[in-house]
Amino acid sequence: MALTEKEVRYVAELAHLKLTDAEVQHFMPQLDSILEYIAKLNELNLQGIDPMAQVLAEGPPGFALRRDAARPMFTPEVALANAPDPGPGLFKVPRVIDKE
Amino acid sequence: MDLTALNLAEVRDAVRSKTASAKEVALAHLERINREDRNVRSYLTLSPERALEQAARVDRAVASGDPLGRLAGVPIAVKDVILTRGVRTTCASRILEHYIPPYDATAVERLEAAGACILGKTNCDEFAMGSSTENSGFFPTRNPHDLERVPGGSSGGSAAAVAANLATVALGSDTGGSIRQPAALCGVAGLMGTYGRVSRFGLVAFASSLDHIGPFGRSVRDLAAVLQTIAGRDPHDSTSADVPVPDYEAELEGGIEGLRVGIPREYFAGLSAEIGDPIQRGIDLLQNIGCEMVPVTLPHTDYAIACYYIIATAEASSNLARYDGVRYGLRASEYDDLRDMYERTRDAGFGAEVKRRIMLGTYVLSSGYYEAYYLKAQRVRSLLARDFNEAFRSVDVIVTPTSPVPAFKIGERSDDPLQMYLADIYTVTASLAGIPGVSVPCGRTQGDEASGVPPLPVGMQLLGRHFDEARLLRAAYAFERAGGFDRG
Repeated sequence: MALTEKEVRYVAELAHLKLTDAEVQHFMPQLDSILEYIAKLNELNLQGIDPMAQVLAEGPPGFALRRDAARPMFTPEVALANAPDPGPGLFKVPRVIDKE
Repeated sequence: MDLTALNLAEVRDAVRSKTASAKEVALAHLERINREDRNVRSYLTLSPERALEQAARVDRAVASGDPLGRLAGVPIAVKDVILTRGVRTTCASRILEHYIPPYDATAVERLEAAGACILGKTNCDEFAMGSSTENSGFFPTRNPHDLERVPGGSSGGSAAAVAANLATVALGSDTGGSIRQPAALCGVAGLMGTYGRVSRFGLVAFASSLDHIGPFGRSVRDLAAVLQTIAGRDPHDSTSADVPVPDYEAELEGGIEGLRVGIPREYFAGLSAEIGDPIQRGIDLLQNIGCEMVPVTLPHTDYAIACYYIIATAEASSNLARYDGVRYGLRASEYDDLRDMYERTRDAGFGAEVKRRIMLGTYVLSSGYYEAYYLKAQRVRSLLARDFNEAFRSVDVIVTPTSPVPAFKIGERSDDPLQMYLADIYTVTASLAGIPGVSVPCGRTQGDEASGVPPLPVGMQLLGRHFDEARLLRAAYAFERAGGFDRG
């Protein structure tokens, strides 16, 4: 196995996932076998091939850009309607700056 | 008359001619859902008030002789990754279990403007990640042809609902085969248009460069009518193309005499007889009705799954970063600080497959691996697109099987993610190239009475050039007219 437990825990941290020890043990061999499979791309000679990030969006020049102008948006009440912990015009989160 | 057995054009005619009211059509479906969906479990949420209000509007228009929309009175199911204002939209994830969208997806808005009645939201794999609908955070959907089997995925609820007459048509989403594969496994038709043909506004993002919205139906005309309604430029989606939308329904009748149909050998090497035999009969039929069969090669096909699972997971890991318990969705009940809140929320809210893909996507984008995986996959994506461009120099459409296997048993593949990914082997290439694809029913497997395996639906996939949906649908329609559209 090429993928280490340390790497799995590091990636979970980057992804903001709190994995249990059982999940780490479960995912490690699965991710490892997927990575082993996708390594088959190394068989190809890709010299001079441009990366394709996106299928071209087709239309007249500039069609994808809108005018930079104010437009109607949600009211604060609508924007907050699904918030787990809404405040007056804001989303509440745990304190991130300690008091001196 | 069983109003739930009618296809889209028949419902439309019945409502127009006052043979049935839109209300009667909607009620017939809601009653059937109440009766039958406890077995199939295709719906996560029903929206009877919204459907009946819309039906009443249609019936008033019929009574007063007002002009009717293209889909007046047509009952439709919508995959639960597509936003519906005021109607719960979960993405089949616990993290969005109570989410009520404040706006409609453009596709939904256009369907209702054309008179369609939205019956409810259908089950799927969580955030459309999967090929069996077993990854739903709520419950698996079952295949109406055999309740022990999966309907395919990720749009399994939409495919099953249409197959079981629990909706006339449905919307699904397709990122690597999530419309075409469940259509094949459930014996219905499903279409993924060209990337940019249908607005993605209001489609919850999984992999933005690959995501599409598209229709399911029980006939090719149904697909054409729905595509007609939802296609076209939308200023809310910068990737939606500003390309004229032809009259897809009118174009169906054009005939296919002399159509050059490519048969890519890479898609038939190693294909089992249970799928290969019905597909060969489908190909023979196309030849009999005037198509010219041309062998073609798509040499990089074997690299498509690897390429897809790098790009799709990379984009997913980025798109799903927004579920952090702050603005909407679940927030963990106990936590120490902000960071702990993010992590506990995501741990509680996401299922195993979503976590696996976020992990994989984060890994391939992480420092030191970006070039080895992500950038490399993007180069391979160029090669796959080039393969199709080359092939379409000598042919008009390409025919392949949709899925290498018929509907498999629930639980049979769920422990082996790589095996599950390989179920998408014939569909991911078109997604990566951004070309349109349609799956049409093409008979069924033989089955095996001794071991209790019933005959199961088989789907044939037709692929076309960018923005050539009209020709693709015309070929599928000619196939249907010639008796090839066999729902098994």
